[in-house]
Amino acid sequence: MKPPDFTYHAPETLEQALSLLASLDNARLLAGGQSLMPMLTMRFAFPDHVIDLNRVAGLAGITQTGDTLRIGAMTRQRDLLDHPFVQQKIPLLAQALALIGHRQTRNRGTIGGSLCHLDPAAELVSVMTALGATIEIAGPNGPRDVAMADFPLGYMTPSLAPDELVTAVHLPVPPPGHGASFLEFSRRHGDFAIVSAAVMLTRHSSGHLADAVITLGGVGPVPLRLAKAEALLAGQTPTPDLFTQAACLAREIDAMEDAQIPAWYRRRLAESLTRRALTAAHQSLPGAA
Amino acid sequence: MTQHHSITLHLNGTAHAVSVEPRHTLVDVIREGCGATGTHTGCEHGVCGSCTVLLDGEPIRACLMFAIQADGRQIRTVEGLAHGTILHRLQQAFIDHHALQCGYCTPGFLMLAAGLLEADPNISDDALQDGLSANLCRCTGYVNILRAVRAVAAELRA
Amino acid sequence: MNALPPAKGQVIGHSVTRLEDGPLVRGQGRFAADVNFPRQIFMRVVRAQIAHGHLIAINTEAARALPGVIAVWTHADVASIPPIPFRATRLQGLEPYCQPILAAGRVRYAGEPVAVVFAENPYLAEDAADLVLAEIEELPVLLDARLPPAEFAPGTSTEPAIVRKQFGDVDAAFATAFDVVALDLSVGRHSGVPLECRGAIARYDAAHDVLELHGTAKKQHWNRDEIARLLGLRPHGVHLFEGHVGGGFGVRGELYPEDLLVCLAALRLGRPVKWIEDRREHMVATNHSREQHHSLRAAIDAQGRLLAIDAVFHHDQGAYVRTHGARVADLTAAMLPGPYRLHAYRVAGHFRLTNKTPAATYRAPGRFESTFVRERLMDAIAARIGVDPIELRRRNLLASADMPHARQLDALGTDVVLDSGDYAGLLDKSLARFGWDALQAELRARRAAGELVGAGIGFFVEKSGLGPSDGVRISVDRTGAVELVSGAASVGQGVETVLAQICAETLTVDYRAIRVVRGRTDRIEFGNGAHASRVTVMSGSATHLAALEIRAMALATAAPLLQAQPDELTLARGHVVRIAAPETDLMSLAEVAAHMGPGSPLMIGRTPGLTAERWFYSDHMTYPYGVHLAVVRIDRGTGEIRVERYLVANDIGRAVNPMLVEGQIAGGVAQGLGGALFEEFRYDEAGQPLSTTFADYLIPTLAEMPALDVLVAEDAPSPLNPLGVKGAGEGGINGVGAAIASAVDDALRKPGAITTLPILPRQVHAMLPR
Repeated sequence: MKPPDFTYHAPETLEQALSLLASLDNARLLAGGQSLMPMLTMRFAFPDHVIDLNRVAGLAGITQTGDTLRIGAMTRQRDLLDHPFVQQKIPLLAQALALIGHRQTRNRGTIGGSLCHLDPAAELVSVMTALGATIEIAGPNGPRDVAMADFPLGYMTPSLAPDELVTAVHLPVPPPGHGASFLEFSRRHGDFAIVSAAVMLTRHSSGHLADAVITLGGVGPVPLRLAKAEALLAGQTPTPDLFTQAACLAREIDAMEDAQIPAWYRRRLAESLTRRALTAAHQSLPGAA
Repeated sequence: MTQHHSITLHLNGTAHAVSVEPRHTLVDVIREGCGATGTHTGCEHGVCGSCTVLLDGEPIRACLMFAIQADGRQIRTVEGLAHGTILHRLQQAFIDHHALQCGYCTPGFLMLAAGLLEADPNISDDALQDGLSANLCRCTGYVNILRAVRAVAAELRA
Repeated sequence: MNALPPAKGQVIGHSVTRLEDGPLVRGQGRFAADVNFPRQIFMRVVRAQIAHGHLIAINTEAARALPGVIAVWTHADVASIPPIPFRATRLQGLEPYCQPILAAGRVRYAGEPVAVVFAENPYLAEDAADLVLAEIEELPVLLDARLPPAEFAPGTSTEPAIVRKQFGDVDAAFATAFDVVALDLSVGRHSGVPLECRGAIARYDAAHDVLELHGTAKKQHWNRDEIARLLGLRPHGVHLFEGHVGGGFGVRGELYPEDLLVCLAALRLGRPVKWIEDRREHMVATNHSREQHHSLRAAIDAQGRLLAIDAVFHHDQGAYVRTHGARVADLTAAMLPGPYRLHAYRVAGHFRLTNKTPAATYRAPGRFESTFVRERLMDAIAARIGVDPIELRRRNLLASADMPHARQLDALGTDVVLDSGDYAGLLDKSLARFGWDALQAELRARRAAGELVGAGIGFFVEKSGLGPSDGVRISVDRTGAVELVSGAASVGQGVETVLAQICAETLTVDYRAIRVVRGRTDRIEFGNGAHASRVTVMSGSATHLAALEIRAMALATAAPLLQAQPDELTLARGHVVRIAAPETDLMSLAEVAAHMGPGSPLMIGRTPGLTAERWFYSDHMTYPYGVHLAVVRIDRGTGEIRVERYLVANDIGRAVNPMLVEGQIAGGVAQGLGGALFEEFRYDEAGQPLSTTFADYLIPTLAEMPALDVLVAEDAPSPLNPLGVKGAGEGGINGVGAAIASAVDDALRKPGAITTLPILPRQVHAMLPR
């Protein structure tokens, strides 16, 4: 399990990185390496060139401007998890980050790397979809933005041209006083989830639900918004029955099937996790009993 | 066209000038280039944690990083824990609590525990258990590893 | 922790810290990959990617052309080396099924070695191995041992043997039975999977005409003899060395193709040859275990007492017969009756080959499986006649008065005679310790509140201390230093400490001052290694005998010098003392040893040296036993099974070091938990292995461990050895599958629901009421 031979490049500026990416054939970008390295040691990937982004200036860092958080693509998962603003204002993200792998992998793994790897079960892919993130992309023709919902083109296929790379993620800060819960089921602690559910709720002063966002990870090739359930919840008085009813809609989703996990089981997990995440998100609303 | 690069790894406070291929993993170069064979490989795909070392003070999996990326960085391994004949308190606790049998996963667990406790000497028991579940052990059933690290955590809190 | 002053000699039975730990916590261990020699080259194995097929051709040109590649071998290069043999068995006819060191004409499992590459470094070796192209014409795969046997090779079928055992009149028992309970059960394919993969480093030392093999474990002497035989060398010219061993669990230390290939290459290529298995190789190359399908019927009386068991099982051996022969099937058949009184028994174990990685022993081989099967049966009988499962077991347990109890069965070539035990007594102790009655009330309350919780039991009988012999040589030098050389091996379980404790007890020296040598064929001529929970019993007893002899020699030597009779003297604090005045040190063991040198006048006509070698022989195994109790909770939403609490009670006769015994048990529980809930080597319909990484093969982490309690009992010392000890290596894993299955049934309120291991969340979820 030794990686195959490749030529190594360590650009120090974004321009250098883009220029290498444009000029080299069969090149792979190396971010935190927590997904790429196993692919190399298992020899599933044979790049001729590896472009290491770890020395590129300005790609890591978290800045808050008004209602937006800008997270540099090379920001480590650990640094985002420990960021006080995330802990205090974006609990959904904090909960999801805590479930990514383990301390050692979060210390190296990056936000951009995980999003570009785009594993359908990855917590970041699901949570960034739930939070309505925008992906900032650089390429030879300058920067462009893509909504996270449009970023996955298919199974592990990001909307990136071969000469483009992700530079940052922009997150709209959720409104104060929202409720949030990120839950997942995996066979072992720390493993990739089989299914995850991300829920955010806001409430009118009347007590009715204003808005609900339900995103399921791991059920299909890309994260799935449970739009029917979101519509069912909006404007309603939150009750356990209502959450059960909303979660029931997960039974109708089109779920993946593989050798280990049949589609029916993914649907059942989606239903259970949705119900629990709705309940937990509701309980996390300020003043909830 | 294999490239060779000259890099310097600062291992347990000593600078090691080594020549590496870019594809050489950090754990391989720590072991073969620097001769510090206390760090073990258990899976080489980032799951078992046997190769855990501290990179600039934080635990990482040394099989999931190329050595060339660690050029100029500070690395601590199990060989750097003891001060001469005086064992690190985690090492002593592992002996006292029978937290090792075959000892293969032990260096990785020691470095993981050291990283967790150094980052947060007041670490909660839940966080400790969560942190220690990152590594695999096949002999002990983890019971005594947890006991040993808890004992050190309690000493630090006291 | 509570290390007593060892100078008093009171070290047996105390939880002293281990001799092994110092270098291991310092990173100074010497595991296989840590062994290096100047000018060494690296071997990489090219493995079949197809599960079954004719090997048409292997193209090695591109690999040979790669700079830094020294050689590439296929079967043609090693055709003179016979296949790897198996150890003695009473079964006949297994020879045609042994594995060649490189595939010969046919590949029979994905992962089978078809070629080897030798190169200057491991990266290059892997590059070159990728360039070797094996052309394989695919054949149909056989992946289920229950299907009719197919052709293995012209003239041989994939059923090499049927293991049959029987006693009593089974048919008569069924004819008169009150009722018959029948079950179909399966245990999944999993294995030891130690954290350290295998490794083998060979070098030929021309100066001494010795072939050295490093990275060995478990069975050095047998392996030495076979390596010598297969390579046409003299056994004295082959030395096997054991360094640190990163876990054995039955799979490491058997003779594998790679061991012979590095030896052969070291001889032919004239350079040290190093092979380190990687994890993905390990998952397809190192022995698998456990996969068996059982059908059994029990004849019972109206009280649920067993009258007879009629059992059939299919053992999935994988592609070849390895060094164990049919040992797992044999042990399954022999140990299935467990702790229960049984008048008639018949078993047929179909030992069958499939197109999967070859299988062999894994910790508690044949017992993890048969305990699961037998205890499922006991639960089923309890449900059938409507009595409490604990009461049902009580009705069937053998009594202390029945001991020793001859089973009228043989296992591993010895008669099964349960040597000692108070089964009902330990059951009572376990239930009391676990708070079983209060627990039942608590579970009822939790169920009423909507939780899916349950408790289960697995009663087991282990076997340990497999003979036939082991020897230990103890020497005291003129500085007083004690060296103990054993033919045993260590796989990380604490052998050095335990043998040192036993030795120190008699010699009244500090156990920490005793150097224990093991796993080296150059230091002792014979040995039977470390397996089958045999070391403490066999080598421990030999150590005890040798230490007694040293003591007798020391007293006899000292007596004339002290103007005393030997029987007026004894040892204390490592010194000869008068029994009448034990506080006064008269002569140290160092001084005694100095008087026993070759030039000493005392030694005229005698063999010099304070050295004794003693052997312990045993025709019969000892039988530890115990109880596993589990509490599980099932998550209604996901089917996840959470083991909340767990108890292992294990009577091992006498615990030399209770802390180490508890450690063995805790580790066994974790592995058992893996086999019960998480671990499985899966294959697709083409025989492609699907569990080749640690992301697919799920070893439990700390987060999956239950709150664990261990009760080490010493109520039934073995009458078969001077220390009364029984082995403690396997009781921790033995009953885990059984107890968890029982508890999951209870949580589901569906007796008999669980019929297969591992128990998967989705299967449990499908059983939940909608």
